[in-house]
Amino acid sequence: MFETLSDRFEGIIGRVRGRGRLSQDDIDDTLREIRLALLEADVNLDVAKSMVGRIRERCSGEALSKALNPGQQIVKIVLEELTTSLGGESMKITFASKPPTVVLMAGLQGAGKTTNAGKLARWFKKQGRNPLLVGTDLQRPAAVEQLRTLGSQIGVPVFSEPTDPVDVAAKSIAEANRTGRDVVIVDTAGRLAIDEEMMDQVRRISGAVDPHYTFLVIDAMTGQDAVNTAQAFNETLSLDGVILTKLDGDARGGAAISVKEVVGRPIAFASTGEKLEDFETFHPDRLASRILGMGDLETLIEKAEEAYEKEEAEEAAARLLEGTFTLDDFLDQMQQIKKMGPLSNLMGMMPGLPKEARDAEIDDGKLGQIEGIIHSMTRAERLQPEIIDGSRRRRIAAGCGRQPSDVKQLLDQFAQMRKMMKQLSGFGTKKMKSKNRGKKGKKRRGGRTTPKGPAQVSKTPLSLPGLETGGPPVLN
Amino acid sequence: MLLALIVAIAAVALISASAFVLLRNRDSDLVVESRPVPTAPPATEEAAPVESEPPVEKPTFRDRLTKARSSLSGYLGSVFSRGAIDDETWESLEEALIRADAGVATATQVIESVRATASADGIEDASELAALVKADIAERLSGFDRSLSIETDGGPAVWLFVGVNGVGKTTTIGKIAARQSREGHKMVLAAGDTFRAAAAEQLGMWAERSDVDIVRGADGADPSSVVFDAVERAAARGADLVLADTAGRLHTKTNLMEELRKVRRVAEKGAGTVTETLLVIDATTGQNGMSQARLFAETVDVTGVVLTKLDGSARGGIVLSIHAELGLPVKLVGLGEGIDDLVDFDPDEFVDALFD
Repeated sequence: MFETLSDRFEGIIGRVRGRGRLSQDDIDDTLREIRLALLEADVNLDVAKSMVGRIRERCSGEALSKALNPGQQIVKIVLEELTTSLGGESMKITFASKPPTVVLMAGLQGAGKTTNAGKLARWFKKQGRNPLLVGTDLQRPAAVEQLRTLGSQIGVPVFSEPTDPVDVAAKSIAEANRTGRDVVIVDTAGRLAIDEEMMDQVRRISGAVDPHYTFLVIDAMTGQDAVNTAQAFNETLSLDGVILTKLDGDARGGAAISVKEVVGRPIAFASTGEKLEDFETFHPDRLASRILGMGDLETLIEKAEEAYEKEEAEEAAARLLEGTFTLDDFLDQMQQIKKMGPLSNLMGMMPGLPKEARDAEIDDGKLGQIEGIIHSMTRAERLQPEIIDGSRRRRIAAGCGRQPSDVKQLLDQFAQMRKMMKQLSGFGTKKMKSKNRGKKGKKRRGGRTTPKGPAQVSKTPLSLPGLETGGPPVLN
Repeated sequence: MLLALIVAIAAVALISASAFVLLRNRDSDLVVESRPVPTAPPATEEAAPVESEPPVEKPTFRDRLTKARSSLSGYLGSVFSRGAIDDETWESLEEALIRADAGVATATQVIESVRATASADGIEDASELAALVKADIAERLSGFDRSLSIETDGGPAVWLFVGVNGVGKTTTIGKIAARQSREGHKMVLAAGDTFRAAAAEQLGMWAERSDVDIVRGADGADPSSVVFDAVERAAARGADLVLADTAGRLHTKTNLMEELRKVRRVAEKGAGTVTETLLVIDATTGQNGMSQARLFAETVDVTGVVLTKLDGSARGGIVLSIHAELGLPVKLVGLGEGIDDLVDFDPDEFVDALFD
């Protein structure tokens, strides 16, 4: 997501970066490019204008020409503006002292309200809550059916009856109290912001349940109209937050910036895939740095924490650094990585990777082919790849239906990586291990890292075509 | 966890490096499950001017666009009434188009071309610009065949509906089913969205409303097989049209796009012929609509676009870019949730409604 915006900024910044001084013309050029980039990313025209205005002010105000590195200064300013625009900080959900905590979902047709009601219910359930889903979309054929299906997938009850949306909503609170559910998620029908009758209906639904949180569900692909929609819903319902959906596509997501700017409420959650677990709290700072092509390491770590068996992983890591990492270990790692999501997504989160590497279309099907090659090896070969000679290569290739040269290339890459990791372990083991030990006392959630550590690591992606040697721009 | 992360990153790097290698290799001569090179060229519509195409009844088009019209013309109105043309006039015009989601590139093109015409014609008053802008945009939208084809060499025609999630594919099919059955066509609906919860139920309700036949598969069934079965049933019962629903999918998901390619291929395995592949696009979509149109066209040979939800405040300016850059005509427009709220796209009315 947001690739194009970050590519664009990368282009501009690449031009400015490394130059000692910036002329006024340079600044104007850069600002024009930033404006264009924002518009092409569907940021609302007015929002883009005011943002560029703020950037311009700060560019002159902070006496750019005197700065040590004006290029970096601009990057920093843009990054800060983006972060501010996207919300400044994450939203924290608190629970009502007298349950149930009521959440209302509203939005246009097809934004993903029903699906995200289900995702939100799953999220609450994971927090140890007992949600109740309420279907008030009695208009779209089978909308309640859809909610029921989702509910049964995640083991959350669904309340609805074919009467009147407002009645259903009102009754749902009593139902929650009766059945001991402490969170109520009210799904509503999709409606156009200009449809007064329907907007009045959602106002009455809101009045009936008196929600603690009202979320606007908005599609990341929305264009200029996002602002009108957000405004209208905000006037009717006074929103508490936004759920941004379909972020897994290539939409540049300027709508996120626009909506945030207009509504003045945080983007609470981001939906990043079709599966019910593809749903996460929204982190403006992460997204802002991603927009600037600076990677999203924290999300990567979080995903790793979810997917990995910690001890196993640490053992494998130790072997990797000692240079005794085997193809079996590699196969294991690959399975884990697959659990973390599509490889291209993961690559997008790694800081310091050049655009070419991030953009290269990595088909996860290719992982299957690599697995196939490894599976065609004997156990001895996997433990000791050095023994693979020409004859073994031919056998392996025949076993997985590929060419001997493919096998060779895989082995070469593997050997190269092993060598690099071993070299790294000179200072790496010491440093990383001591760090790791320090964190151990903290038990589970200890895995935060400073931007510095990974920057070294990111240099290791050895022979990726077109990999530049420079790390990510260091800010602050 | 940090060490685990290093392993992860190293492994990702290694794997991707290897994947690159394989990727490069495979182009040459490896046959093993090679990813089919997109064989279908982007659908280029023959620009045979079919101006005589009689507009069917579309009384609601203009009424429904009132909102869009009022907001845009309100904005443009102030531009046009300013008197002398200056730089600011042009800038405001361009901004109006950008606000309508026409995109920076298209907006710039329109303005440049109008600017050239204005200076050639010696137009100096802003009030005369309205007609020029309208004409320019109408010109860009003209010359496309917007008819829906049902002609086959025997066997049922298949209309395949594709698009990203939540644009209104299923609803559109429901409305088309009503429309076509009124025109006396015998139809079978294929509930090819076997992924989204209750999608088949939703289509089933539409089928009931229009009293048409529907073929459903189990949840998670192969959509190709559902479409194939629907074609078989249509052939057996002498129906002339199959409306095939598909699950919404983001155009960037390679595996899902491959699945779609297969659906289209399998739809023609039996007696059926795919005569229309309609890409459904939501009028609120911004510039991402171009990316959608491009990738769907590459995958399944899209023949036209259905622009839905145009009754909202969104102005659907993305239509301009899709016509101009991809040559894909909008064939139908969705203007509401009612069963009759689907009308033929009429470029003149569209432009008129935007600027009058």
